[in-house]
Amino acid sequence: MDISRLKQLDDWSWTVPLAPGEARSDVKLYGNRELLETMDNKVLEQITNVARLPGLVGPAMTMPDAHWGYGFPIGGVAAFDPDQGGIISAGGVGFDISCGIRCLRSNLELSGITGALPSLARELSEKIPAGVGEEGDLKLGTAELDKVLAGGARWAVERGYGESADLEFIEERGRMAGPVPDNVSALAKKRQRGEMGTLGSGNHYLEVQVVDRIHDAAAARAYGLSEGQIIVSIHCGSRGLGHQIGTDYLVSLAKAASRLGIALPDRELACAPINTPEGRQYIGAMNAAMNCALANRQILAHLTRAAFARIIRGASLDTLFDVSHNTCKAERHQVEGQERLLYVHRKGATRAFGPGHPDVPERYRETGQPVIIGGSMGTGSYILAGSAESEQRAFASASHGAGRAMSRHQALKQWRGRQLVDELAEKGILIRTRSMRGVAEEAPGAYKDVDLVAEATERAGLARRVAFLRPKVCIKG
Amino acid sequence: MNIPTDRSACPAALPASGDAYFEHDADVGIVGRGATLEEAFEAAARATFAIMTDIKAVRDESSVSLEFEEADAELALVRWLNLLLAMSHEEGLVFGRFWIERDGVRWRGGASGEAWRRELERGVEVKGATLTMLKVRQTDEGWEARCVVDV
Repeated sequence: MDISRLKQLDDWSWTVPLAPGEARSDVKLYGNRELLETMDNKVLEQITNVARLPGLVGPAMTMPDAHWGYGFPIGGVAAFDPDQGGIISAGGVGFDISCGIRCLRSNLELSGITGALPSLARELSEKIPAGVGEEGDLKLGTAELDKVLAGGARWAVERGYGESADLEFIEERGRMAGPVPDNVSALAKKRQRGEMGTLGSGNHYLEVQVVDRIHDAAAARAYGLSEGQIIVSIHCGSRGLGHQIGTDYLVSLAKAASRLGIALPDRELACAPINTPEGRQYIGAMNAAMNCALANRQILAHLTRAAFARIIRGASLDTLFDVSHNTCKAERHQVEGQERLLYVHRKGATRAFGPGHPDVPERYRETGQPVIIGGSMGTGSYILAGSAESEQRAFASASHGAGRAMSRHQALKQWRGRQLVDELAEKGILIRTRSMRGVAEEAPGAYKDVDLVAEATERAGLARRVAFLRPKVCIKG
Repeated sequence: MNIPTDRSACPAALPASGDAYFEHDADVGIVGRGATLEEAFEAAARATFAIMTDIKAVRDESSVSLEFEEADAELALVRWLNLLLAMSHEEGLVFGRFWIERDGVRWRGGASGEAWRRELERGVEVKGATLTMLKVRQTDEGWEARCVVDV
């Protein structure tokens, strides 16, 4: 990004001076010079477009891991007031609605299971459906799928996938309120028939990780983390159903915006006012897709536990937390001393409620919500804690990943999948995949420096670092 | 200009240089070119499915047909690609060959391919075609249809 147009607000945040009438609100970009310079100019263009949308409250923001997306940039955060004509945007949520990370905390130490890792990698790769064209064992008819869309992870627990104790540690206690399965097309439901309990492909993964470094001992204790401990992270979303809802509503909302007189600076920002039939219809479908994603990760957590149990006697995996990072949620936030109900879009951004927030599980309430920054398969990931400051800074939002630094096309020119798998194996990281092309596209070098993203997230006051996780086994789609 | 008008002209993987793809940070930009608008749409479909597999290796065992109405050629491109992706998932098929015809606002098309089998190369799943960098235009050489697809 050409940062010559930007004005630095402090060491870790920037804005861009806009001409009168150019936008309804300010733009704020979090990160340092190095991170911003690696971003494409399109990030600035896209977030400036978001700042033009009706009913925006506070600045349109990008997180430190932001990169060029469609409509909103990935890492874009924007809050809208329904009583001031605020909008809901399908392009502000994305195709993979409620894509997120389920983090499982084990009772195992790396030192005790090093010899079992190859067997564990094989078992996980055989039992976790992953990659393009792969279906799960579970086949659901429309009536049962409607129950998934209504019940989320609670449906999965009721069907024997996982434990009721998991629900406490999933956002929304495992079920997003307000789903309307009837607003989801028959085609979307058909696409999901064989896709419950599947990982998908692209940047989705299942990783066995080790806690490599503790940054905040008190928060780590609250989260039940200690150095050398084995953790599992599962990154995936609402699969074909969410993709089809995104497809269906992107075009219908683009047409609705035109009909409702909303001038879209980019057609991909397809949106409708929240308080219109079109807006409410999308929200009902989106909430249903969120429940699909929560159920999907619950099933995958169950399959993961079963795989561990077959290989390692006495292994247990508790849910540490489950966070979504492609959402729009109605939340209450303080704005200039007043509490207001806002619809907060987080596209490639994680909710990061601080200490004391009533929606944070009681066990973590004094610490703040766990925030997970998923890194590349060769570097590592971070667990952070939401901070009180984040509420004022970014409507309680933080980074979600390392963020891509180069395109998939460029990555394919630079790396070969087989070579990467071999190099990572020499470093003690076992990659299991059916797509060597996918591995090359997801090469660690194609991502930003996750350490810098996590540091920027902390220094910008969005969330504070708790622990760094190093990958040991990665199942890629 | 390399105009991919048949299956053999379509790349098995994203090429180092070529006409089928353009750069996008997180996703993939696809381009279809052809002598006619319909050929450009067919080439765009090949570029999309070549992200998921080596479409030259896909056998012609099953086919699907589709039709829709859309006056806006750009929205028609997105609709075409998304219907193909949806039908691919719905039928559990991967497609390698595509055809489409236009009659005013009415579009009729189809695709053929086979069920996923172990020997087929696995690339990256395409979630959907987006409106980003969406452009359908007539050029000196023919027609070009492009957009970003979410992977």
